[in-house]
Amino acid sequence: MKALIRVVVCGSVDDGKSTLLGRLLAETGSIPEDQLESARFTRRPGSTIPLGEVDYSLVTDGLEAEREQGITIDVAYRHLMLPSRRRAILADAPGHEQYTRNMAVAASTADVAILLIDSMRGTKRQTHRHLTVCGLMGVRHVVLAVNKLDGVGYDQGIYNELVAEVSDTARRMEIQSVIPVPVSALVGDNVLAHSPNTPWYHGPTLLDALDAADIQEELGGEVRLPVQTIIRGKQFRGYGGLVAQGVVRPGQTLTVAQSGVQAKIVKLHSLQGTEPYEPEQALPGESVTVELDKDIDIARADLLVTGEPPQLADRFAADIVWMSDQQLAHGRSYTLRCGPLEVPATVTNVRHRLDVTNGNTMAARLLEINDVGRVEIATSRPVNLEPYTESRETGGFILVDRMTGETLAAGLNRFALRRATNVVPHHFEVDREAREVLNGHPAKVLWLTGFSGSGKSTIADAVERRLHSLGIRSFVLDGDNLRSGLNKDLGFTPEDRAENVRRVAEVARLMYDAGVVVIVALVSPFRADRQAARSLFDDGEFIEAWVDTPIEVAMQRDTKGLYAKSAAGNLPNLTGVGQQYEDPETAELHLSGTADVERNVTEVIEKLLPGAVS
Amino acid sequence: MSIDNETSRVLDALEAEAIWVFRETAAAFERPVLLYSIGKDSTVLLHLARKAFHPGPIPFPVMHIDTGWKFKAMYELRDRTAQELGLDLRLATNQEARDQGVTPFSHGAQEFTRIMKTVALRAALDEGQFDIAVGGARRDEERSRAKERIFSLREAGHRWEPRNQRPEFWHTVNNTLTDGQTMRVFPLSNWSELDVWRYVARENLEVVPLYFTQERPVVKRQGTWIMVDDDRMEFEAGEEPEMRRVRFRSLGDYPLSGAVEGEAADVFDIIRDIEVNRQSERAGRLIDGEGAMSMERKKAEGYF
Repeated sequence: MKALIRVVVCGSVDDGKSTLLGRLLAETGSIPEDQLESARFTRRPGSTIPLGEVDYSLVTDGLEAEREQGITIDVAYRHLMLPSRRRAILADAPGHEQYTRNMAVAASTADVAILLIDSMRGTKRQTHRHLTVCGLMGVRHVVLAVNKLDGVGYDQGIYNELVAEVSDTARRMEIQSVIPVPVSALVGDNVLAHSPNTPWYHGPTLLDALDAADIQEELGGEVRLPVQTIIRGKQFRGYGGLVAQGVVRPGQTLTVAQSGVQAKIVKLHSLQGTEPYEPEQALPGESVTVELDKDIDIARADLLVTGEPPQLADRFAADIVWMSDQQLAHGRSYTLRCGPLEVPATVTNVRHRLDVTNGNTMAARLLEINDVGRVEIATSRPVNLEPYTESRETGGFILVDRMTGETLAAGLNRFALRRATNVVPHHFEVDREAREVLNGHPAKVLWLTGFSGSGKSTIADAVERRLHSLGIRSFVLDGDNLRSGLNKDLGFTPEDRAENVRRVAEVARLMYDAGVVVIVALVSPFRADRQAARSLFDDGEFIEAWVDTPIEVAMQRDTKGLYAKSAAGNLPNLTGVGQQYEDPETAELHLSGTADVERNVTEVIEKLLPGAVS
Repeated sequence: MSIDNETSRVLDALEAEAIWVFRETAAAFERPVLLYSIGKDSTVLLHLARKAFHPGPIPFPVMHIDTGWKFKAMYELRDRTAQELGLDLRLATNQEARDQGVTPFSHGAQEFTRIMKTVALRAALDEGQFDIAVGGARRDEERSRAKERIFSLREAGHRWEPRNQRPEFWHTVNNTLTDGQTMRVFPLSNWSELDVWRYVARENLEVVPLYFTQERPVVKRQGTWIMVDDDRMEFEAGEEPEMRRVRFRSLGDYPLSGAVEGEAADVFDIIRDIEVNRQSERAGRLIDGEGAMSMERKKAEGYF
């Protein structure tokens, strides 16, 4: 059994939650005596509890800021000493409807839930909501505290009815076990000690039920070890991470899921006391450092596995809990994070919204704060997200707003919609580095962005001529030229432009891997699309250059006659006229499209291949 | 006495989480710094940092916010530890205030702490351009800490805004910082004071000897024993140092740290005492006696 279990506490103040928690914490000695002092000698108006006795409802009182501003802030974490000397970390989330997202946070890591219901008022929409969120977030065990039984004369009939109702709902939510306990938090019945008031009850007390909740360590399954950090020492290189699944042992052969490269574990490294120590194994949930027998290319967020690597995919169906005041914007690019993994991602479709109070799904086009819904997500490159039901750690993710840093949503991957590949990537011995040595220069990508007529193609042509004269292998990918072949099925709507950029970026990536300096000349008006292209390359390999030409100048040049067409109403999506151009914020180069071409070329080449021109 | 098996497994779980936090701090942020205050929590923190990156070195500097009024025994342990472990130790002091003669006696506990700790900390973090600072705070220390995150966001100016904290899911950290935001991170969030001592015992870590009972020169002040650690001590009328067998539950500036009587010869005595008496270490700190919620206000100002 796990030594440390995580518990989500579901219920609201009205159900008697603070009193129940206060009593559990105080009577198990989980709170120091001196911290109970104020609960002995402070009283709420109208309180009938004698001074000097602990008012349990005050033990877990919140922040000053909350009381002064009348707000409730997120989740409170407290630890509870269990009779077995194991430990529970209680995540206490506010219970009301406007806090669904907070409950999702608390439930995301929970092994077990304490679900509190008020026997005087029965189950409510709220109880259903709590069970739904628990089920969704993967909580498999529930300890059901049927509270305020003193208020209904300890009626066994009422108790049985409530238990049956909740158990029925819980089953539908894929919750494996429900342990019901009749309690009165106020009087203390069956919380820590059996109560004479419920002679008909022979089950465990609430504390014992929690201590007995069957939380096994799952030791089975293949190894899933996301690389968190590279450990560097004197002549040492190792990989540190938290074991997400399986048992890690020396002698195992690990595969890097993305590349298919393999290496064997030589040793695990740790300290015992202050002395170096080599553990024989690392279990799920443990932090480990592995040393491999070969020096292979491994970076943060690589997934090390035994057995068959999980399928790579770049389209997923997922359930998400929307956390933000800003609505889910369809088609907007966010940062998806799953453990150390970080990848640009777009919500491409909202399939439906879930009514958490009754389990029904409804058609929806957008999601608002506290909504739960099924969506489709596209990542800018293939990743190893696993189904959440198989692994919370490698299947749960968050979406982050890149501009504000806000965590917008929590997501639970359900299944891959499109597999990026049906074959395990083969690792070739001759790689980019080898080709670069042969070529005598590094591979790079220059990405020229700007209005039509801004001068991208002119600069691209001039840069390539200069590179050629320097003996550097290069190739120009020109937007218009590609549209006559590879991209001839695409138009100019934002969606088609995104696909256009994606394809060009992928071709650039292939040519870059071939060791070539790639010059891309593409309007690429949207920041998110350019960011997605950039994410295919390592830092410093992708040079974004903004060819900045006033729209008036571009219109006047009108090299392709597009602005004339647009003026005649025949071209609705022309960038700078019918469609917006989002100015680059992170471009490495800012070129003036009206400046001397040769000067631009020199600037570009100095940035692209420092030292190539002397 | 030894640490029983179930308790040791709890410590393993807490340790694994703390190591994960340290590694995330080093890998997902640009310029981390470990705040080291030489007490038992810092000792555990430093040990966990070593363990997280072993056999490599701790990949970030360690900083002591030095008020100039720590116990001599603390400075001794600090300097020896830094040398033995080869730490990149940085010292930060509000020198201007010190030069102006700000002392615990001239300004009182609360103001002294604000000037010499909070202000000094803010300035040192700004100067070092650290985007994340590791601290040893625990959620069990005080009620308002129960709502603190492990990765705690600070707005520009190090301000803690309780409404703007990020939800913490699984082992996924949102490390995006914008507009002068920084992060404070607390690897010991889920540890209790007992866990810290049990871990010190299990890992056989060296702590400042002031935690163990010895005869020490003290005066009685505000119901607690204050140790006369050097000749800068300013006595109040009628105060006369006397020798008492005392020990400290928590260490800070010597004129502001209260000692308790009672025997504790080793770590196991301390553990037994906490198990039996269930008094928290904060009971002895003069600084916290000023309103139950003072910690929350100090945090809003940029304290830990």
